[in-house]
Amino acid sequence: MIATLGRYTLASLREIGRISVFITKGVRCCFTPPFYFREILRHIISIGFYSLPIVGLTAIFAGMALALQMHVGFTRFNAEGAIASVVLIGITRELGPVFAGLMVAGRMSSSMAAEIGSMRVSEQIDALMTMSVDPYKFLVAPRIISSVLTMPFLVLIADIIGVMGGFLVATTLLDYSTGSYITQTANNFELWDVLSGLFKAAAFGFSIAGFGCYHGFFSDLGARGVGRATTSAVVSSCIGILALNYLLTALFFGA
Amino acid sequence: MRNIISINNIHKSFAGLHVLNGLSLEISEKETHVILGQSGCGKSVLLKCLLGIFEVDSGEITVAGISVNDKQRSKEYMQKFSILFQGNALFDSMTVIENVEFGIKQSLKHKHLNSKEIRKIAEEKIISVGLESRVFDIYPAEMSGGMQKRAALARAIAVEPEVLLFDEPTSGLDPITGGLICNLLRDTVKKLGITSLTITHDLKVAEFLSDRVSVINKGTVAWIGQAKNMKNCGNEFVEEFYRASNVISARH
Repeated sequence: MIATLGRYTLASLREIGRISVFITKGVRCCFTPPFYFREILRHIISIGFYSLPIVGLTAIFAGMALALQMHVGFTRFNAEGAIASVVLIGITRELGPVFAGLMVAGRMSSSMAAEIGSMRVSEQIDALMTMSVDPYKFLVAPRIISSVLTMPFLVLIADIIGVMGGFLVATTLLDYSTGSYITQTANNFELWDVLSGLFKAAAFGFSIAGFGCYHGFFSDLGARGVGRATTSAVVSSCIGILALNYLLTALFFGA
Repeated sequence: MRNIISINNIHKSFAGLHVLNGLSLEISEKETHVILGQSGCGKSVLLKCLLGIFEVDSGEITVAGISVNDKQRSKEYMQKFSILFQGNALFDSMTVIENVEFGIKQSLKHKHLNSKEIRKIAEEKIISVGLESRVFDIYPAEMSGGMQKRAALARAIAVEPEVLLFDEPTSGLDPITGGLICNLLRDTVKKLGITSLTITHDLKVAEFLSDRVSVINKGTVAWIGQAKNMKNCGNEFVEEFYRASNVISARH
């Protein structure tokens, strides 16, 4: 029993150490040349452009559901007038970044792990090394850079679409007046709410790329190994996003 | 002729399993050397130790006087080689010509070239391995195994290495394509006048390509000599390997 516990503890510590070394190397490579701009651009398109539809859909439904829930809840306290501000704050501070982060994690973290894992299996990483190309610079750094740069833009779009979703439900289903909803939204708008969400988005981007690359880089050989790496990448990056969300919320808005 | 590759008493083990046990080997400049052995005998590990991908536990590897452990000259060391990987290892995200160009761009020898000159060299190399210009802009996954092998060879020779390494060059190819690739490899090495080191378990490939053959058994070199002398070399393992290879060929 104690031996098993000890083995698990040591394995966990080893894993934490390996992740720390990997992330440190990856981050260092983000700031030292050579920079593979073509790779960065490729990943910006892959993460940003191709994730737009799912992020947009998630945001609009989140905004719509939030407006509906707030209407039902606030009616109990005769506070229906606060819906617009709650939707605005809820979307920009929490739901926009977190939902976008989780959706992009599901899409991109798995894709990064699968791509890098397959490159490991098919000796493409060895090929890079024989060409004196640092795999961290060519594979990890461009993904981290593009993910960190792209996520805030995705979240900004998600914020706009999410708030629009709330507006649509409130004005069409719940009989709110268009003018007063817009006025209330504008009056309650605070730049810091949006900015805090964008900072979170950048941190989530780091989690997505970091865990995606890590699990791909150290995937076991064979199809099963790559499959396992893909699953682990999604799980780890989602947990990373939720943990970072709490930490950053406490940092930005904690008492 | 002077030795270009010198492997001296190297050991490598994984989790207590000894894969290389005091292996030593000298390969001369412009020699076409083949390393032959059973699956799992340590051929690929030797290759990865030579490339610096695996660090040896003990022993010394030098190529053209540079040690694999000389971190300050590691880029210079690596650029002595080019390798044709077993699975070709072409980059999926790049077209054929981009793969070849990418190799050239990393080469110290070609540092001064502009993108047009790099493109021209890449095109020449792709044509020289028997591919047509229509493959320039297609992705590796869209090509057959034989075409991928040729494209990988184009990428390998484009950097003008001193040593070309071939890891199981005919693996996964049908006999006709395998024969064509063997001819292409032999002609390419002859034309470039460079050293080549091939790793294979296929005796026919070894006979066809080699000046000298090293047979590896239990992590060390069991025998070195010309392939034609393997049959009666006096080494029990090598003779058995020779007989078994010919039995398989005869059955087919």
